[in-house]
Amino acid sequence: MSDPPVQDTSPTFLGMPSFQRAAKVALADTQQRRNLAHATATIRAKRAAAVAEVEGWEELRLAGAGAKDEALHHLPDYLEQLEAALTARGATVHWARDAAEANRVVVDLARAKGTDEVVKVKSMATQEIELNEALEEAGIAAWETDLAELIVQLGEDRPSHILVPAIHRNRAEIREIFARRMGAVGRAAPADLTDEPARLAEAARLHLREKFLRARVAVSGANFAVADTGTLVVVESEGNGRMCLTLPETLITVVGIEKVLPTFADLATMLQLLPRSSTGERMNPYTSMWTGVTPGDGPQEVHVVLLDNGRSRVLADEAGREALRCIRCSACLNVCPVYERTGGHAYGSVYPGPIGAVLNPLLRGTATEVDRSLPYASSLCGACFDACPVRIDIPALLVRLRTQVVDEASGRSAEAASMKAAAWMFGDHRRLEAAQRAATLGGRLLGDRTIRSLPGLGAWTQARDVPTPPTETFRQWWARTHGDAEGDRDDAGDAEGDRHDPGDQPVEPEQDIGGAVPHTSEEGP
Amino acid sequence: MSSREEILARLRVATGDVTSQPGERDPVPVVAETAGAAPDTLELFVTTVTDYRASVVRCTPEQVGAEVAAALVRARAHTVLVPPGLDTSWVARARDAGLRLRADEGEDGGPLTAQELDGIDAVVTAARVAVATTGTIVLDHAPDQGRRALTLVPDQHVCVVRADQVVLDVPDAVALLDPTRPLTWVSGPSATSDIELDRVEGVHGPRTLDVVVVG
Repeated sequence: MSDPPVQDTSPTFLGMPSFQRAAKVALADTQQRRNLAHATATIRAKRAAAVAEVEGWEELRLAGAGAKDEALHHLPDYLEQLEAALTARGATVHWARDAAEANRVVVDLARAKGTDEVVKVKSMATQEIELNEALEEAGIAAWETDLAELIVQLGEDRPSHILVPAIHRNRAEIREIFARRMGAVGRAAPADLTDEPARLAEAARLHLREKFLRARVAVSGANFAVADTGTLVVVESEGNGRMCLTLPETLITVVGIEKVLPTFADLATMLQLLPRSSTGERMNPYTSMWTGVTPGDGPQEVHVVLLDNGRSRVLADEAGREALRCIRCSACLNVCPVYERTGGHAYGSVYPGPIGAVLNPLLRGTATEVDRSLPYASSLCGACFDACPVRIDIPALLVRLRTQVVDEASGRSAEAASMKAAAWMFGDHRRLEAAQRAATLGGRLLGDRTIRSLPGLGAWTQARDVPTPPTETFRQWWARTHGDAEGDRDDAGDAEGDRHDPGDQPVEPEQDIGGAVPHTSEEGP
Repeated sequence: MSSREEILARLRVATGDVTSQPGERDPVPVVAETAGAAPDTLELFVTTVTDYRASVVRCTPEQVGAEVAAALVRARAHTVLVPPGLDTSWVARARDAGLRLRADEGEDGGPLTAQELDGIDAVVTAARVAVATTGTIVLDHAPDQGRRALTLVPDQHVCVVRADQVVLDVPDAVALLDPTRPLTWVSGPSATSDIELDRVEGVHGPRTLDVVVVG
């Protein structure tokens, strides 16, 4: 059997520029940078406090990684067990190889119910397959009910964070979006809406309530799917999840196949790890668990769509498969110095941040500009690994993916070429001095101006300003103040005595360049 | 080949290098949490529930009715939903105080519709188990708690927890639960962290949560 197929890049992200180019645009948005800095600093402090309360945190991380590894290493067995348990409890299980197939299943089920709208619980899997767009094309409105998703949907924006998709928006922007857009799709925002968070939450409550009460079909994801019992779990805060999972007659849950947990007991570990890692709380306000159909309580028609969409390919990668342990807590985003500054949009996927930088190239391959660039969207500081509740070694995976990207470029990468050139230059002090003279000349010509890009160094300078070269190098300074441009260690001790010895003049092999860089030292020749 | 067969075949190839058998791992490790500075489990539970800005009181079995009524009056509730299996002594004082008690029975004789539930102010329930380290109440929607919608749509939830139902931590609670029942874990009132990542109480679920600990 050939390699499992990669995930198709969804239409939204087709033709995305590299992370570095997109980041440069994001970095220029000072409002967004302020919003992100504020939000990530808040959540980092909360998470640190919540984690510090648990003495056995490291044991928990090991237990979490162990549970996910057990499920992943025997995924076909546990999926079959999950399917059998769900079926026995009255649920219908569907399998979807890719996004198109999953969307088709959901659209057909909604159509069969004769509905023109569905209410939705925030779900990364349905974002990944762009289900809302597919439903819309079929004439079915998909109402996002999570507050942040609502902000994104009403603002015709894209999510930029796994947990808090509207993290890039501040309260004033949210007020403006609600006031301007709510009326067009349902109950309008109160005329006297302020930007006080409690008032904004109240506006969302009023706007969505009528949708919850009349909805006949709901679509959700699942945080966990327990193989031995068939139990599905949704972890949430607002109660919008409970509304969707409880009130409609029909519930359709799209579950990535990596969400499986072997046993109900494993849920304890996950519920200890997830809330503290994700919102920095001891426990999130609401967690719902349901096992098929319960007569007289909640939806009487329950569907589960098991989604592959590139996951089997990641699983086939022995090193990369640990990325499938991810429970989408977003702790790695919140601690990442790169994410904090660029925000999520530059990652060109619904999975941003450090985990996105590994997951996207693993799921989608490295054929596109953005996926090739993502392994470099990191300073490799390691904070993401320390924060990960299931111990995904993100820095190691990033390094491995960089190797893969470079190898695929058949060793002729710009980095390889520049390293080779650097080796040649550093190999001989005369060449180094000549290069430095050329650089400092540039520095004097430029003065304080910033270099935004350099021809031939496109990849490096897309997202970085090149430091303006100094007007004098250390070696030149040494020659000026000590009169020994060679800087020879043996001579350093008696440089004083040698200083005026004409025989010790530095060799100037490239006087044609150096001529423009006169030695300004009083001590010089 | 069906999608199911194709996915399973892909996964078998993908995990071809794995030599262990499913279930061969060590028993699921149970990582217990500690009570920290709290003197006992019950005190810890009261502290952690209070941290969510839920109200929590401790009382004797004889005082439950009075505490329930006080909580309902405090939130200015007029109509109160009573699940079919609830100890009716818990809501007797509320009825005496003039609140209107409602059973889960709609105009048409069937269960209350979502619209009807939306017109009810509060619900009083028991619980299945409570977790001290996290301040969580777990409902398994037995008759003394009612089906899930009853504790969701009304804006106030008064939950009566027996002291012997409070366990220390999450693994203790999971071990007591029946996975075939629908389960709802409630930690404080409805809240969101979606605006600048700060917790704000009061979105779609009950905005007022009152916990009465008995014994």
